[in-house]
Amino acid sequence: MAKVMLEVNELTTKYITRFGEDVYAVDHVSLKVEEGKSLGIAGESGCGKSTLALSLMGYYFAPLHYTSGEIIIDGHNITGMDPDAVRKSILGTEIAYIPQSAMNALNPTQKVISIVEDVIHAHQPDATKKEILELAKERFGILGLPAEVLQKYPVELSGGMKQRTVIAVSVILLPLVLIADEPSSALDVTSQKMVIKMLRDLMERGYIKAMIFITHELPLLYNVTNDIMVMYAGQIVEKGTAKETVFDPLHPYAKGLMGSIIVPERGLRGVKLAAIPGVPPNLKNPPPGCRFAPRCKYAQPECVQRMIYTMKVDGGREYRCIMTEEQIRKAYKNG
Amino acid sequence: MADNNREIYLSAKGLTKVFGSGSQKTVAVDHVDIELYKGEIVSIVGESGSGKTTLAKMLLGLISVTEGEIYFQGVKRDIRTQKKKQEYWKNIQAIFQDPFSSYNIFSKIDAVLLDCINMRGGRRLPRAKKIEMMAEACSFVNLKWEELTNKYPFELSGGQMQRLMIARIFLLKPKILLADEPTSMIDACSRATILEMLMNLRDETGMTVIFITHDIGLAYYVSDSVFIMEHGKFVESGTADSVILYPSQPYTRRLISDVPKIHEVWDLSTV
Repeated sequence: MAKVMLEVNELTTKYITRFGEDVYAVDHVSLKVEEGKSLGIAGESGCGKSTLALSLMGYYFAPLHYTSGEIIIDGHNITGMDPDAVRKSILGTEIAYIPQSAMNALNPTQKVISIVEDVIHAHQPDATKKEILELAKERFGILGLPAEVLQKYPVELSGGMKQRTVIAVSVILLPLVLIADEPSSALDVTSQKMVIKMLRDLMERGYIKAMIFITHELPLLYNVTNDIMVMYAGQIVEKGTAKETVFDPLHPYAKGLMGSIIVPERGLRGVKLAAIPGVPPNLKNPPPGCRFAPRCKYAQPECVQRMIYTMKVDGGREYRCIMTEEQIRKAYKNG
Repeated sequence: MADNNREIYLSAKGLTKVFGSGSQKTVAVDHVDIELYKGEIVSIVGESGSGKTTLAKMLLGLISVTEGEIYFQGVKRDIRTQKKKQEYWKNIQAIFQDPFSSYNIFSKIDAVLLDCINMRGGRRLPRAKKIEMMAEACSFVNLKWEELTNKYPFELSGGQMQRLMIARIFLLKPKILLADEPTSMIDACSRATILEMLMNLRDETGMTVIFITHDIGLAYYVSDSVFIMEHGKFVESGTADSVILYPSQPYTRRLISDVPKIHEVWDLSTV
C-alpha cells in the first residue's frame, strides 16, 4: 500500500459568530490521500469546502476555531501546534494553499519577486536576494512561466497569468501536499485549461506528493482527480473514485449534483437538468438526523429521527444515507 | 420554430467599436452583423477580450457606437435623449455577471420589484394587485415572496439574487433579454436552476434571449443558435448542433477542446 501523505481523522472546526453562536462548518470529516494521488472535493456554495481547506492547514484564526480531530501530514501530527510554529515550519513546506481569489491574492504594491522573497524568508531567514532570484527563476521556468514575470507588478499580468503566478509562489518550497481551492473558477475556459495542466504537471513530475482540489465544477474534478468526495452542510456525504462518484453516485444529493453537469457532448443537449429544490440548511442549528432530508425526495420519517452514519461499500466507497446500496439502486430505478 | 415566429426583433449592421486612437487604438468589435429573431436563444461565445461584452453594451445602448447601425423591430434605433433611452430599455433588459453588484444596496427587494411594475405602467394599480404580481414573479423563480419582503438584496445568496433578477425580467416582460455570463459566479447546482428558468421565461413570454458566455458547453445546452466571436469578429455561426458537433473553424474547435468532458477524453496537451 502506498504511503499516506495526508490523513485527517474526525476533524471538526467551527466559526464563532459575533453573537457567540457556534457554526460547525466542518463536522467530523475524515479523509486520506496517498502519495501521488489527488482528491477532489465537490459541493455547492456554503457547504464547507473552503472552510475544510483552511482547517486542513492547521492554522486557525478567528472566527475559525479548532474543536476536535487530528491532521497528520506524512506521519507528522500537526494538531494542536502553536499557530506561529505552523506558519514557520508547516505552511509552504509541508502543506500549501492556493486561495480561491487569486486575482486579489497578490499584493498590488509588490513585484512578484518580492512576494517570493517574503515566502522564502519566512522559512529560510538567511537566504540572500541572489539565491532567491536564482531559485525563483529555476522554479518558474520549470512551471512554464517566463522569468520576466518576476520583475512585474500583479496588475501587469492577465488573470490566467496571475493565477499561475500564485500557484508557482505557493509551490516554490515544494510542499508535500497542495490544497487548490477553486483555482480556476474566475478564469475563462482557455486559461482554466492552462492552470489545470500546470497542476497536473506538478503532480506527474513529483514536485508535490498529493493534492486536494476543491471546486463545484464536476467535469473538472472528474478530469483532474483520482477520488472525489461530496460535501453537504459540513459533512461528507459520498466518497469514491472519480468514475464511481460521477457515473454511479449513491447519495441522493450526489446524484442531484451529478445531474447538473453541462458538457458540450453529443446527445446531452436538451437533457433536462436535475436541479435540487430548496436551499441548504442553516448550520447554526442544522436539522436533526440527515441534513439533506428536507430536500430529499426519497426521505423517510426515520431520516430525521436519528443520527445517520456513514455506510461503507466494498471497494472503499462510502456514503451517508439511511438506505442500503440495494434500496438506493431500486429507488433510482423507479425514479 | 414555426415560420410565423420569424420576426426580426433586433438587428445590427457593420457594428464597430474602437477604443482609443492612434497607436493606442483597439478595435474591440469589428464590423459585426447580427439578426435576432423573436423567441430565439442566441449565444455569443468567445474567450476573455474577444469583444462579447462590448457588443452587448452597444446593443443595450450603454456605450456609443463607433460605426454601424442598430435596428429595433425594423426601425433604426434612436436613443439620443434620456427619455428615448428609457423607452428603449422597456424593450431590452439585461442580467449581468455579478449579482452582488447588480442591486442598489439601499433599496429593499420590495422596491426593486415595485420599480418593475411601475415601469410597465402599473403605478396606479391597487396595492393588493401589486403584491399579487410580485408574489407571482417570485414563485416563477422558486422564491417565496413572504420570505423576501422587507429584506435587502445582500441578505440573499448569489443564486437567489440571480433568480430575483429573473423575477424582475418576468415583471418587465422586455422583448429582448441580454444575459451576460449570468451563471459564471454561481455554483453548478444553482446554475442548472437559472438556465432552466431562462428557458422557461423564453417559452412563457416569447422573448429573445442573447446569452453571452465563454463556456461553449453552456451555450450548447441553452441556445438555438450560436455565434463564435474572436478578436471582435464572428468567425462561425449557425445552429447550436451544427456549430458544436461539426465545427469548421480551428478557433471553435479549440474552444470546444478547452471545456472538460466526461464521456470523451479531455486532451490537455493542446494548451
